[in-house]
Amino acid sequence: MKEILEELENRRGVARLGGGEKRIDAQHARGKLTARERIELLLDRGSFEEFDTFVQHRCIDFGMETQKIPGDGVVTGWGTVNGRQVFVFAKDFTVFGGSLSEAHAQKIIKIQDLALKTRAPIIGLFDAGGARIQEGVAALGGYGEVFKRNVIASGVIPQISLIMGPCAGGDVYSPAMTDFIFMVRDTSYMFVTGPDVVKTVTNETVTAEELGGAKVHTTKSSVADGAYENDVEMLLQTRRLIDFLPLNNKVGVPEWPSFDEPDRIDESLDTLVPDNPNKPYDIKELILKTVDEGDFFEIQAAYARNIVTGFGRIEGRTVGFVANQPMVLAGVLDADASRKAARFVRFCDAFEIPIVTFVDVPGFLPGTAQEYGGLIKHGAKLLFAYSQATVPLVTVITRKAFGGAYDVMASKHVGGDVNYAWPTAQIAVMGAKGAVEIIFRADMGDPDKIAAQTRNYEERFLSPFVAAERGYIDEVIKPHSTRRRIARALAMLRSKQQELPAKKHDNLPL
Amino acid sequence: MFSKILIANRGEIACRVIKTARKMGIKTVAVYSDADKDALHVEMADEAAHIGPPQAAQSYLIIEKIIEACKQTGAEAVHPGYGFLSERAAFPRALAEAGIVFIGPNPHAIDAMGDKIESKKAAAAAKVSTVPGHLGVIENGEEAARIADEIGYPVMIKASAGGGGKGMRIAYSRAEVQDGFDRAKSEAKSSFGDDRVFVEKFIVDPRHIEIQVLGDKHGNVIYLGERECSIQRRNQKVVEEAPSPLLDEATRRQMGEQAVALAKAVGYDSAGTVEFVAGQDKSFYFLEMNTRLQVEHPVTELITGIDLVEQMIRVAAGEPLAITQDGVKLNGWAVEGRVYAEDPFRNFLPSTGRLVTYRPPAEGVHDGITVRNDTGVYEGGEISLFYDPMIAKLVTHAPTRLAAIEAQGDALDAFAIDGIGHNIPFLSALMAHPRWREGRLSTGFIAEEYPDGFHPRAAAGETAHTLSAVAATIDHVLNARKRKISGQISGTPVTFDRRRVVQLAGEGGVQLQSAEIDAIDGGFQVQLLTWGGEVTNTYTLLTTWKPGDLVWTGTVSGKPASVQVRSIPNGVALAHQGVAVKARVYTEREAALALLMPEKVTGAGGKEVLCPMPGLVVSIAVTPGQEVKAGEALAVVEAMKMENVLRAERDGTIKAVHAKAGDSLAVDAVILEFA
Repeated sequence: MKEILEELENRRGVARLGGGEKRIDAQHARGKLTARERIELLLDRGSFEEFDTFVQHRCIDFGMETQKIPGDGVVTGWGTVNGRQVFVFAKDFTVFGGSLSEAHAQKIIKIQDLALKTRAPIIGLFDAGGARIQEGVAALGGYGEVFKRNVIASGVIPQISLIMGPCAGGDVYSPAMTDFIFMVRDTSYMFVTGPDVVKTVTNETVTAEELGGAKVHTTKSSVADGAYENDVEMLLQTRRLIDFLPLNNKVGVPEWPSFDEPDRIDESLDTLVPDNPNKPYDIKELILKTVDEGDFFEIQAAYARNIVTGFGRIEGRTVGFVANQPMVLAGVLDADASRKAARFVRFCDAFEIPIVTFVDVPGFLPGTAQEYGGLIKHGAKLLFAYSQATVPLVTVITRKAFGGAYDVMASKHVGGDVNYAWPTAQIAVMGAKGAVEIIFRADMGDPDKIAAQTRNYEERFLSPFVAAERGYIDEVIKPHSTRRRIARALAMLRSKQQELPAKKHDNLPL
Repeated sequence: MFSKILIANRGEIACRVIKTARKMGIKTVAVYSDADKDALHVEMADEAAHIGPPQAAQSYLIIEKIIEACKQTGAEAVHPGYGFLSERAAFPRALAEAGIVFIGPNPHAIDAMGDKIESKKAAAAAKVSTVPGHLGVIENGEEAARIADEIGYPVMIKASAGGGGKGMRIAYSRAEVQDGFDRAKSEAKSSFGDDRVFVEKFIVDPRHIEIQVLGDKHGNVIYLGERECSIQRRNQKVVEEAPSPLLDEATRRQMGEQAVALAKAVGYDSAGTVEFVAGQDKSFYFLEMNTRLQVEHPVTELITGIDLVEQMIRVAAGEPLAITQDGVKLNGWAVEGRVYAEDPFRNFLPSTGRLVTYRPPAEGVHDGITVRNDTGVYEGGEISLFYDPMIAKLVTHAPTRLAAIEAQGDALDAFAIDGIGHNIPFLSALMAHPRWREGRLSTGFIAEEYPDGFHPRAAAGETAHTLSAVAATIDHVLNARKRKISGQISGTPVTFDRRRVVQLAGEGGVQLQSAEIDAIDGGFQVQLLTWGGEVTNTYTLLTTWKPGDLVWTGTVSGKPASVQVRSIPNGVALAHQGVAVKARVYTEREAALALLMPEKVTGAGGKEVLCPMPGLVVSIAVTPGQEVKAGEALAVVEAMKMENVLRAERDGTIKAVHAKAGDSLAVDAVILEFA
């Protein structure tokens, strides 16, 4: 028996070495950790239960039958993050460059199936060279099976993709179907076709970093939700993100003791909105002063910065925050901001995370670039997302809520449960000047009349009270009590029950 | 006694005066400009009068507006604070005509001391020690050089009407006198509209020591000891203390008696300050007299127990001084740090904007240590570009100089300010500076000790240990909570390794410290270990820190300590005694793997600044060739009727500017380029 146990240990030892010391050193020299090291950092100490350690590929073409390494380029299994169960697969770049074979795909699929069955999050760590070309169509089949499972699990369990090296071709579509993608700066990139193919097909010369580096995907393409300096920072921050996320779409948000009183008053918020309506202010200050302990996990921080999305906690329970950012483009809604927020709202709704919306929006961004770019449809995505959300929706209008953008931003009309406004709120079809120029077009030659009408309009409409008179605003609140008001509203809404009519699925304006 | 007074000032000094008036049962009236309508002094006063637009020249400096405000509100007397109208003889004269009392000296005394040349003559006549020099108006460079030859080099060429370092030149040779004279003259002309300059001996390694005097309308004048204000940056006082570590009792008395003689000679009848320049040999020479309450008056108040504002009000009301010279006893030591909205990491550029966080340390007396914070701002308030960038005067008092310095350091470490750049890191580093602690001062201190500007201190020795231990306690508190998250799998509960590795990254690189931490009653015990696992230090940290607190306060092995705490990814940024580090607490395994991570050169950023949206350029703040720091405003673009400030994403030099104010730009149009 002792020999048998020793044999097992030996075999495990070989498997743990993956592609061997040399390749591990090469991986380290590139500033990257190995698949097993990454899993170690991601999971609680000693919690990893590995599956399929000894799986090998079955390819017999191109001399592959002589090259077999246990594990076949991916490490899979499950473990815990602060005691909560998660599933993991990590591409092992030291084994066949992490390339996907049929057997490799089967390992991922097994984990995906178990994650879905047990309703626990799954995290994929990507660092690989794509399909294993020697296997041909068998590899492609494997990809398809993985994709299909990503989709089935979407909205049931959180799926997170960490891009920690190359991720190209077929490899990109599994992450693309998950809830969040994060990238490591300088050592990771993602694209469908690489620089060589680009050069051949379009004659365009571009580096991998320029084509699909972390900067591109977090600022331009919005493919990635965030970027980190290195593997360690990313893995520890992923642990932090998981602390915010529900395990699945049924159990509700996680909860932990808060050190921050829910009725904490913050007098400084009374001066957040400047006297001059054209002066910006930082909406993140409001978010940071509202959430527990100022702890906010921002999603897509570098993209469409005119809207802020992310997770915070109130009374120790996760809340999604969506807020127009007056500091950037006056907080206007454009196509990018609408898509970014829509996706975030739908994630929260899918996983029963209540949403708090802070509104200061001057409207939708005018112009040919926006209209040609399909602002109507992209704006509709956010409207659609809020309208279909059944999670608790608490909205606070801090300043402007103009035009159609007012409706979109979780207004009462599209399903807001508790809609507050600060006394500085201006809820109107448009700003005073524009409105008067239209209504009193005939008087345009008379500046005195126009000025008087502008004042009238401002007094009548640029306040929260017209909306409050109609009940579109439930209460006008003092800024300093925002946290207390939101905490109370969320506590009250915890038992919210709302069902939409049964349907196969909706038809989101894609 | 008056029943209502008006304070013709703003900011901390207005608040300071209101406090004393309130204590004396006197009603107060504040005045405010448009920029100050939500200011603290307006809120604190019983009444407030609006006096015009933000620019001081159109509000706080207009005598008629102040008098009008007095009439409206029925204020019987006016306290001018410092700055603004405080030293303008025309102000008390105009008030007197309107039947309003000026809480300050009579206009003759202000006149007599207001002019540098005149005041020196008066000082010489009163047998006050003066700097060898020529007090007459000097016609040309040649005459200046001849005088300089007589006095001996180095000499200082100074504007007669000057102040604040403007129109001042030091010359070490005949040739430099000629050149310095012309430049001082033209600078004096442009700055003060008065091109008279004079020449005097320049004291090497001088110290700035000043005597507080207090007179009444009955001919009594006393002195309240001295203050040393040698820690100056570009002639702006930064740290003051009382008493001076230089003086002995005999010199103090000599200086005090001379100051009193001068005050009596000019019929001085309020609180005033006679400034001296002192040599390291305790020689001293009259510099000038300030006929007002000084910014740094609190240090005198704390060592004498005398409320100077109260005394000013009483003597203004005609009361004779109730304090005799013999009754003035100096007790303990006081240190004042001026907290400015100036960013020490950007060469002390003024920083304006919103005070996102403003939480001064607790005021009061504890265990013989006094903490006092004179301030005129509040969290959520605005530091405006229209006025002096001083945020607060933090004053500490203790039985000894070193204890007062320690208390000042602790109080600074507990002072949380966010949203604007401020000089607390610099003040905090100063408090730990050995030369300052030893009292070896001169007005050149900052220039000599920080020749390349300010850099945070490197974490070393006890400070590094303290920061490592504090970081370990923070990590411990956070981990304990993580263990309580809902939804955990059954079986073995989550545990965290007792052995931690604290990584401190800051000035001077990255350092690792192995540590073990245990919770004890009211705090933690942290053991620092060698890599071999031997315990080298054991610290007991008692604290009530909890997540979200911006300041860690408590004791480290019995010694009080405060540490600034701000969240960063996977760790906390800590600041303490002028040391700033990013602290990350890892398991041994995490630390080992973190060591494999490459060091990155940060701050690349794009070379072009693009217009983020279609809009109108309101202003461009930079010119080609200008060096800018990350975060500095480059341009303002208006779109959707909102002004958007474009800021530098990195440090660099501007290569070219492609747009100008008034341009209408498309999205992604190049506004300017970096080199």
